[in-house]
Amino acid sequence: MNSVPVLTVKPWRALFDEKFHVVVGNLPPTQEVTLHSLHQSEDTDYWEAFGHYVSDAQGRVTVAKHESFGGTYEGVDPMGLLASMRPIPGSRTGLRFRIKEVHTPMVVHISVYRGHLSQGFREQLALASVVTERWCMAPGVRRVDITEGGVTGTLFLPPGPGPFPGVLDMWGGGGGLVEYRSALLASHGFAAMALMYLFPDAQKAATIGFHYIENAFRLLQDHPLVASDKIALLGTSFGASVALSLAVFSETVKPICCVCISGSHVLTLKANQSIAESFKVMKEHVHKSRMDENNCIIWRDTLLPIPEDSDLKVDVGRITCPLLLVVGQDDTNWAAVESADDMTQMMERAGNSHLLTTLSYPGAGHLIEPPYGPHCRACTFVLQPGQQRVVVLWGGLTKPHAVAQEDSWEKILDFLQEHLCHSVKPHVQSRL
Amino acid sequence: MTEKAATPMLLLHPSRGLIDEKFCLIVQNLSQIQDITLHALIHSDDGDYWEAFGHYVSDATGLVNVANDSSLGGTYDGVEPMGLLWSMRPVPGSRIGLRLRKKEVHTPMVVHISVYRGHMSQGFREQVALASVVTERWYMAPGVRRVDITEGGVTGTLFLPPGPGPFPALLDLWGGGGGLVEYRSALLSSHGFVCLALEYMTPRTSGGSTSHVGNEYFEAAFTVLKQHPQVCGDRIAILGLSFGTSVALGMAVYSTVIQPRCLVCVSGSHVQPVKGSLSDVFSEINKNVRNTRYDEENRVIWRDLLLPIPTDPNKKVDVGQLKCPVLMIVGEDDQNWPATESAEDMKQMMEKAGNSHLLTTLSYPGAGHLIEPPYSPHIRASNFMVAGTKQKLVVLWGGETAPHGHAQEDSWKKILSFLEEHLYRSTDVTSPSNL
Repeated sequence: MNSVPVLTVKPWRALFDEKFHVVVGNLPPTQEVTLHSLHQSEDTDYWEAFGHYVSDAQGRVTVAKHESFGGTYEGVDPMGLLASMRPIPGSRTGLRFRIKEVHTPMVVHISVYRGHLSQGFREQLALASVVTERWCMAPGVRRVDITEGGVTGTLFLPPGPGPFPGVLDMWGGGGGLVEYRSALLASHGFAAMALMYLFPDAQKAATIGFHYIENAFRLLQDHPLVASDKIALLGTSFGASVALSLAVFSETVKPICCVCISGSHVLTLKANQSIAESFKVMKEHVHKSRMDENNCIIWRDTLLPIPEDSDLKVDVGRITCPLLLVVGQDDTNWAAVESADDMTQMMERAGNSHLLTTLSYPGAGHLIEPPYGPHCRACTFVLQPGQQRVVVLWGGLTKPHAVAQEDSWEKILDFLQEHLCHSVKPHVQSRL
Repeated sequence: MTEKAATPMLLLHPSRGLIDEKFCLIVQNLSQIQDITLHALIHSDDGDYWEAFGHYVSDATGLVNVANDSSLGGTYDGVEPMGLLWSMRPVPGSRIGLRLRKKEVHTPMVVHISVYRGHMSQGFREQVALASVVTERWYMAPGVRRVDITEGGVTGTLFLPPGPGPFPALLDLWGGGGGLVEYRSALLSSHGFVCLALEYMTPRTSGGSTSHVGNEYFEAAFTVLKQHPQVCGDRIAILGLSFGTSVALGMAVYSTVIQPRCLVCVSGSHVQPVKGSLSDVFSEINKNVRNTRYDEENRVIWRDLLLPIPTDPNKKVDVGQLKCPVLMIVGEDDQNWPATESAEDMKQMMEKAGNSHLLTTLSYPGAGHLIEPPYSPHIRASNFMVAGTKQKLVVLWGGETAPHGHAQEDSWKKILSFLEEHLYRSTDVTSPSNL
């Protein structure tokens, strides 16, 4: 009787942004096998990825060292089984992978099959199959609902006595309350508050504006476990515009540093302005929307051309804190690259460009998120307010987008640690 | 301009590990050459607190790395990456005779790791730590399934790895403490084995009287494994600790039903009446009860009850007839069973019989009787209830903390390697161990 194949994934239970190591042993030498991953999302859709391998002379496949010859990813790609996941054939269209429930892990089944398969995984018996968990919250991280002072959000606190540096975390035009990034930030030692600032109710939305964001910042500062002089702003897409606006226009709120992902300074949120008013600019330019060949909406032109008049954009020449910009060069949703270029020029003219760092990723799209989640090039989007569903093209190709997510997240964490914790870069990566 | 102080940070990876996995622990952003204490705390399911601590000094960059740096004192010293776990002991003021054993295997052991300013040895509760993290230590990998077994008169718990199988299997036998102890089986299943933790020494399994469990009971348990659809019937091993070793050796030699692929025998002996049932073994031991000794704290030393090793072949398992590889693990400071003497005698018997190539003995100086999966606290003595009479004693198991901790780590690694070699890889049933 032949040896029994063994499949291991280390660690079995990891944080969502941690690498894992997948190894198959006890195969016959030079055996063709397929490594397959499967996940059933909270919405009950199935996502999968697979890679075609050949075992070495010792009968092993080590994903970190051996190349995938095809599948949903190729080459030597230790995280390809997660980062290249896509909905299985026959799924609903326009799906986007989103984590809503942060207390329980993402459960992924990893299997190894004989031969090079590209379909029919359900009908085949695997040689071996294991389960791995991907967690958003490290043990000891605490989740707190925030409803005071009129602010709606969720605060994640690391374990320990504190006080902790804080991050105000703002997502984009999709609205709602996206918690998982803040949960991960808390797992890295930050008191992170995911802020809800786009409300479906138009009446409420009219009352939410610049002061609401300032209140949220102050609420975070005043928390007994937060170091009030160590708070950063983190914004994605429209959230990045909000972050820039606050950093420049606020008289009272002073972030220590600012991270802006896939955003633009062209959309401004001025003091005494509501979010709805800020969005009016977008509506005025909506005729510039284009459709691709699949009828997916391309919105990048709505902010172009970048205006010359600095009153029509956030004057980043006045920013006084370090600023990290993260942009995808294939962003089909916002003109993030052009905005970053313009911001660089404004800051060079003003003499504060030493505060600016720009990370620009070829082949990456708009949705640059913490690493190892599946990439979405186009998916359903719900417009706020009004709840209209459209399909939006976000851009990016799977592999370069995954590279961008992995690299940018590491650099975002380093940036936050450098400015908020005054950390020396650790000798051993905790995010191995 | 004053420089802002960096926030001390504790980095621990992985934050969720299996109970036998190492972790990396780093403290950064300390001042240079700063005295600190690393402290670990567990609040057990039984409500007791266990702790360990080590005294460190940060380097010129304000860093302490437990993998490379030396603990200067505490519950462990020297370069000990896992010392914060294996040197744990009940906090001052705890009940005596405690043993840290997890009964609920679905949930992890939760450990709080903190860093304190200065070199502290007490008063951790009253101090505010510089930083604190939490790590979970799991017995069950994701996907491992737990099944109650009550068929064929057998009482136990079966653990199955995830996946279609079939898998090699293990019959997991604990010792004279009795009851149904699941955590080692859960852990072995996380390493890819179907594992049956067998209850065999309590009234429930023997019709009211403890020791009348017959050999048929163990044969039935082995058969449960052999017939299981997810088990490779010809790749079953037996792992026994203490009394469990007696069962394993006896069955392997004399049973026609039980044909293990290999045996792992921890802290046990081949000395028992030949072809006797469990009750016969007990009677034989009881004959020597006058050999019981006590240490200076009145704790019971039972190692002499089986000494001297008999020369009469009817009084010990004829290990010369063993046909499968055997891994014997003994602690040289075992105060409960004469494991070292038994291993020596077994070796001589097997050399005479010509099958000693099947025997590998791992002998650990300074290790006691309770050689368990690694990173669990060393227990030199604990409360023990004698099955049957229900008499409560404090039994001396032996061992010193550091050598015992190392013995657990080294032996477990070798046990897993031995099982992988003989159950997962080898196709030749009689090949010797490659350790």
